[in-house]
Amino acid sequence: MPLAQLFLELGAVILALAFVGRAAGRLGITPIPLYLLAGIGLGAFMSLGDAPTEFIHIGAEIGAVLLLFTLGLEYTSQELRDNLRANRQVGLLDLGLNFTPGLLAGFALGFPPLAAVLLGGVTYLTSSGIASKVLGDLGRLGNRETPVILSVCVLEDVAMAAYLPVVAALLIGGTLIAIEINLLVALAAFALAFFLALRYGHVLSRLMNVQSNEALLLSVFGLVLVVAGVADLLKVSAAIGAFLVGIALSGEVAERARGLIEPLRDLFAAVFFVFFGLQLDLSSVPGVLLPALGLAAVTSATKFMTGWWGAARAGVQTRGRFRAGTTLIARGEFSILIAGLGLELVPTLGPLAAVYVLLTAILGPVLARFDAQLAPLFDRKLREVRA
Amino acid sequence: MVKLEETPLPGVGVRHDFDGRFGKRVGVITHRDGRREIFVSRRDDPDACGQSIVLSDEEAEAMADLLGGSTITRHVSRLSQDIEGLAMDWVSLPGISPYAGRLLGDTMMRTRTGASIVAIMRDGHAVPAPGPEFPLRAGDTLVVVGTPEGVVRAANLLNGGA
Repeated sequence: MPLAQLFLELGAVILALAFVGRAAGRLGITPIPLYLLAGIGLGAFMSLGDAPTEFIHIGAEIGAVLLLFTLGLEYTSQELRDNLRANRQVGLLDLGLNFTPGLLAGFALGFPPLAAVLLGGVTYLTSSGIASKVLGDLGRLGNRETPVILSVCVLEDVAMAAYLPVVAALLIGGTLIAIEINLLVALAAFALAFFLALRYGHVLSRLMNVQSNEALLLSVFGLVLVVAGVADLLKVSAAIGAFLVGIALSGEVAERARGLIEPLRDLFAAVFFVFFGLQLDLSSVPGVLLPALGLAAVTSATKFMTGWWGAARAGVQTRGRFRAGTTLIARGEFSILIAGLGLELVPTLGPLAAVYVLLTAILGPVLARFDAQLAPLFDRKLREVRA
Repeated sequence: MVKLEETPLPGVGVRHDFDGRFGKRVGVITHRDGRREIFVSRRDDPDACGQSIVLSDEEAEAMADLLGGSTITRHVSRLSQDIEGLAMDWVSLPGISPYAGRLLGDTMMRTRTGASIVAIMRDGHAVPAPGPEFPLRAGDTLVVVGTPEGVVRAANLLNGGA
């Protein structure tokens, strides 16, 4: 394929994303659901050649790795430890309430067990990206319910770090014994890496902290890719390797690395969402519309309950509880990532997850915005229930 | 003392806040990147922020100076009130003073006002317990201790009044 055509097609795709991103900024929402739509649109109306598709495919993999890496960077190991200790109960409630509906729906739809487990992951994970954007945009960082929201996100991310390697091991399949061995290797590798990251992260941080930004960018990006590659060889899931590198880095080096990697992440993450949209088979969307709607309705309610209960436990009043509940509804990047793992198991998992994410990503932030109008409604209902 | 509460905000930073005397929760969020966010809660909904202002590192420092400056002043004026019947003042010696360029003993301060000059500040240094042969200079700051009336009389005398 001539280079000119490759550049033209890639450039056109990325420019389309830029346009979509600006539109999202104008509307005050995150671009994630729109990137998905853009991918779906591209798949339906344009056919890219092999080379751009190949590039987009590899870019999408890098995007997933970088998403997890920056997520790991967000948290210090101290924060993770404190959170695990202090907010176990909310975390467990969250897991029980939001993983189960996906799992059950998977079985009800006749998915194989592993695909049902994946669907559980899709409904479980709140989009921390969307939640933090809502908090920031609406000036709610100082609110009393905000620590609860953030804690739930942290615990979910930790849970995902354990969940992904397990699922990755299960996906390899094979005989029962082979699955067990894969599972053990994956869990052992994950536990060891997690322990090392928590325990010796500061040593790595000191080693990585070079003065020049260029050298720092290259060493961080290189390390992330190498660790992700090793993790993939061990069948642990490349993204989790990256997540652990993010956890291990702390202090000044994490601060600088975040600034340097963020533009790269934004580029590749956008490619990731487009790729997911491109892969979707549009003809299967009408078939999943109803299940997606039902799932969105049920899991919005269960997420809402999680946030409500967590905020109530923190001594927050009705309106704050409402805000905590609604802010957590949006699912996003990680639901897509998990659904992406199971595209070959069940072809409908992809479209289902995409529609589901679109619905919740729009519903959550919109509801969160109107707490003054909507929260009293819940209060009255509550009083009636009590009376 | 104000009871400050510290709450970690994972992925964001740390929040410090307190319930203000006038019915609002007031707090500062220290973001990871050094930005500070000052917020006050809403009156009708103390869980939520009514208003928040994001300050850069330098702006936060300037703000702290503005707020902190008043604490120091209050502290000093309280010091002179705390011991009853005893006053203390910093009196600067202007160029028009009759004693600029003369010896400290020439003021006959203790005899005339009952107040004592316990120290003199000059060019940022303190001269504690200066003797009568100490030459005064315009621009000096004299630390005067005595009864409240005595201190006022001392200030008048040094400024060229009665």
